[in-house]
Amino acid sequence: MTVFVDIGALADIPAQGARLVKTAQGCIAVFRTADDRVFALDDRCPHKGGPLSEGIVHGTSVTCPLHNWVFDMNTGAAQGADDGAVRTYDIRVQQGRILIDASLIRANRAA
Amino acid sequence: MKKKLVVIGAGMASGRMLEQIFETAPDAYDVTLFNAEPRGNYNRLMLSPVLSGEKTYDQIVTHDADWYAAHGVDCRFGQSVVRIDRDRRVVHSNQSSAEYDALVIATGSAPFIIPVPGKDLPGVVAYRDLEDTQAMMDTAGKDAVVIGGGLLGLEAAAGMAARGARVTVIHLMGHLMERQLDPAAGYLLQKDLEKRGIKVHCKGATKAILGSDRAEAVLLEDGTVYPADLVCMAVGIRPETRLANDAHLEVERGIVVDDAMRTSDPHVFALGECVEHRGQLFGLVAPLYDQAKVLAKTLLDQVAEFSPVQTATKLKVTGCDLFSAGDFADGDGREDIVFRDPGRGIYKRLVLQDNRIIGVVMYGDTADGSWFYGLLKDGTDIEAMRETLIFGPAFQGGASLDPMAAVAALPPEAEICGCNGVSKGSIMDAVAGGACTLDQMRACTKASASCGTCTGLVQQVMAFALGGEVVDAPAGMCKCTDHTHEDVRRLIRAMGLKSIPAVMQELGWKSVGGCHSCRPALNYYLLAEYPLEYSDDRQSRFVNERNHANIQKDGTYSVVPRMWGGVTTPAELRAIADAAEKYDVPMVKVTGGQRIDLLGVRKEDLPHMWSDLNAAGLVSGHAYSKGLRTVKTCVGKEFCRVGTQDSTGLGIKLEKLMWGSWTPHKLKLGVSGCPRNCAEATCKDIGIVCVDSGYNISIGGAAGMEVKETEHLAATPSEDEAIQIVLAVTQLYREHGKYLDRIWKWMAKVGLDWIKSQVVDDLDNRAALVARFEISQSVYRRDPWADLSTPAETPKWAPLADLTLEAAE
Repeated sequence: MTVFVDIGALADIPAQGARLVKTAQGCIAVFRTADDRVFALDDRCPHKGGPLSEGIVHGTSVTCPLHNWVFDMNTGAAQGADDGAVRTYDIRVQQGRILIDASLIRANRAA
Repeated sequence: MKKKLVVIGAGMASGRMLEQIFETAPDAYDVTLFNAEPRGNYNRLMLSPVLSGEKTYDQIVTHDADWYAAHGVDCRFGQSVVRIDRDRRVVHSNQSSAEYDALVIATGSAPFIIPVPGKDLPGVVAYRDLEDTQAMMDTAGKDAVVIGGGLLGLEAAAGMAARGARVTVIHLMGHLMERQLDPAAGYLLQKDLEKRGIKVHCKGATKAILGSDRAEAVLLEDGTVYPADLVCMAVGIRPETRLANDAHLEVERGIVVDDAMRTSDPHVFALGECVEHRGQLFGLVAPLYDQAKVLAKTLLDQVAEFSPVQTATKLKVTGCDLFSAGDFADGDGREDIVFRDPGRGIYKRLVLQDNRIIGVVMYGDTADGSWFYGLLKDGTDIEAMRETLIFGPAFQGGASLDPMAAVAALPPEAEICGCNGVSKGSIMDAVAGGACTLDQMRACTKASASCGTCTGLVQQVMAFALGGEVVDAPAGMCKCTDHTHEDVRRLIRAMGLKSIPAVMQELGWKSVGGCHSCRPALNYYLLAEYPLEYSDDRQSRFVNERNHANIQKDGTYSVVPRMWGGVTTPAELRAIADAAEKYDVPMVKVTGGQRIDLLGVRKEDLPHMWSDLNAAGLVSGHAYSKGLRTVKTCVGKEFCRVGTQDSTGLGIKLEKLMWGSWTPHKLKLGVSGCPRNCAEATCKDIGIVCVDSGYNISIGGAAGMEVKETEHLAATPSEDEAIQIVLAVTQLYREHGKYLDRIWKWMAKVGLDWIKSQVVDDLDNRAALVARFEISQSVYRRDPWADLSTPAETPKWAPLADLTLEAAE
């Protein structure tokens, strides 16, 4: 069973925007869509390492700010002609708080 | 002997439960009914019609005194229950006590009151009971503010507006009723409310309610103040669980009940808005009535289980027709079927998953709502009827959708060609008179004969008039729409569209939320068109403009403070040096625009660095913007032995007037003090070369992937006139340039002669352009660094959470 940890309030992320969460494995971008759904993806475009958290969020997609690769936040897969994917993480909103898969902390202890 | 039943709360759920009990087994219980309100059960859903004057209180009473007497109910109205003694099975109110064999808690919900200063002032009400309603009925001719743009808040607003109040709705989120509606439907709703005189302020956070003896005004975080004789807080409700808590019953968000509506005490039951069943709370009436049925059976020792079903929402505001049910968020494996009829203000969206409807949002035409809702509840497989599903049950094949709905919806007087003042009606008339080609149209009406940017739209109107004959239209601005940039801009103007959702709705966008290429363009077109009304959408901006710094390939940023006309002081240089050291800036570089670039700044350091630079009087250089960058100057006649005019002074004046302005693409200026042109003015977007006789202004230069020399626009002996011409041509470019076209590209499309006719020859037009530029600058001539480095904004630049720290513990 996945255990979740609280990383902040939904209101801390602007709609159609993102904030970063630092983990021992690197930064994770936490996105909020226009209709208040949240997604967590590695903050690193597989193309040239662009910070996805700074991309324009549209629908459930985000466009990398460096070279306009577009990723489906549901799956982490690059869309269109581009080939690649970023890792996604379990995340959810409960009573206005954002909870993320706690194994992100544990993975560091093992490392 | 009859058993004793005590009920706390005479609301709709407990009322329905009592009806069921008396119907099935009239002699099973002696009932004692406590109610804090000094009256019995009435239909709270009908408070909105009472408020708007469509009904009276007497008409909404469900149970009158006769009904209670006929069923032998011991009514203790106006008595608040203060304590439940579970050991002795006694309920104590502030006036009396009652023993029970079975107790039903039906305390409902309490309004959520935002903890802001002034929340306790007289004149601040919730919208829960008849007292609140009565206070709101007395607002005719007064100012009222409703905080909360959800179902309840909007009904309150519409009701007070119907009573003749001046109503403003303040809503925290980006669009109204965001829990029930998506942005497109929220926009249509807002438009309808505004039509009936209700002002809507979205993205508004309440800071305080002002007033000495009673509420007088509401102050928002952004500094806006709305006068308010009455403030209605309708931001939400929470289950009223205090009694249950004090009695040590199991309470989570609500009072926890099992499928038989029993609490953690076998003699105590609960129903209505105060309960939590399998983690879920309830606010709509349908599931509450289901609970009432189940609890009635439980109390009569029959087996019954409560299982909630999907419920649908309708807004009870006369004339606003909306319907929403199910789950309509985007998601994995979900698909949308969207229908938009902009002309009639209709929007329908079905959300599908595995060939089943899981969500419905409808606005404007909700006639098919219950049919869709039936398919949703039943989980009907819709694959076979998918093609025609959105058209509803009556649809039996027919014509395909009209791709030119937006054009068709324009009124005859809508202006299509701005240069020549040609309306849609004139074009239609010309077509009727035999003008069937673009050349003929230009010959007889001049439509699209000047700048030419409206060509696509003229063609569409012609096609519409000719009966939908195919016309080769230029490619759309992106994959989200077939309209060109030029057409979108013209339609924004002609149809008065003032937000991104409005444009997407009215022009039939094919995607939800647009894409990275149309969103920044729309944001620009809107702020250029409606500088005072439209507020810039940061989330529709490319990273550099959103963060007011240039992102580098490693994710750090570069910071470039403005140096007016390239002039600086020892104090500014010291502040820049201090900032570079304090924030470990790896590289300090002089730019080509005569200022200093601090490269390699971490995002979380940006607001701190800006704040330090602000303290020394330095502001953003906008080195990242599709807007005014720099005005490069040479030293001019003040120092230079060959200088003819004060080129530095003119550059500073221009930069002070133009800084902060947004343009279709970046805008670089240069002012050289003599034809030797040390400021390289003739490869800028706008260049001024000073001569003995005055100022030569030229435009359309470039020194990037394309290298272009500017072309002569005007010469003038007067510095003032030179400034006016520069501002006017900038505004003309702002109003007509396609997003991401530099001046040289725009000039190639519209022609230098046309630009000259607008800003050099036509003095009235020049003055009007300058005036419009100044209106826009009254909003944008301010430092974004100062706005984004306040104590409230600074934390937003840092990571949301740092899980590496937790791991180290």
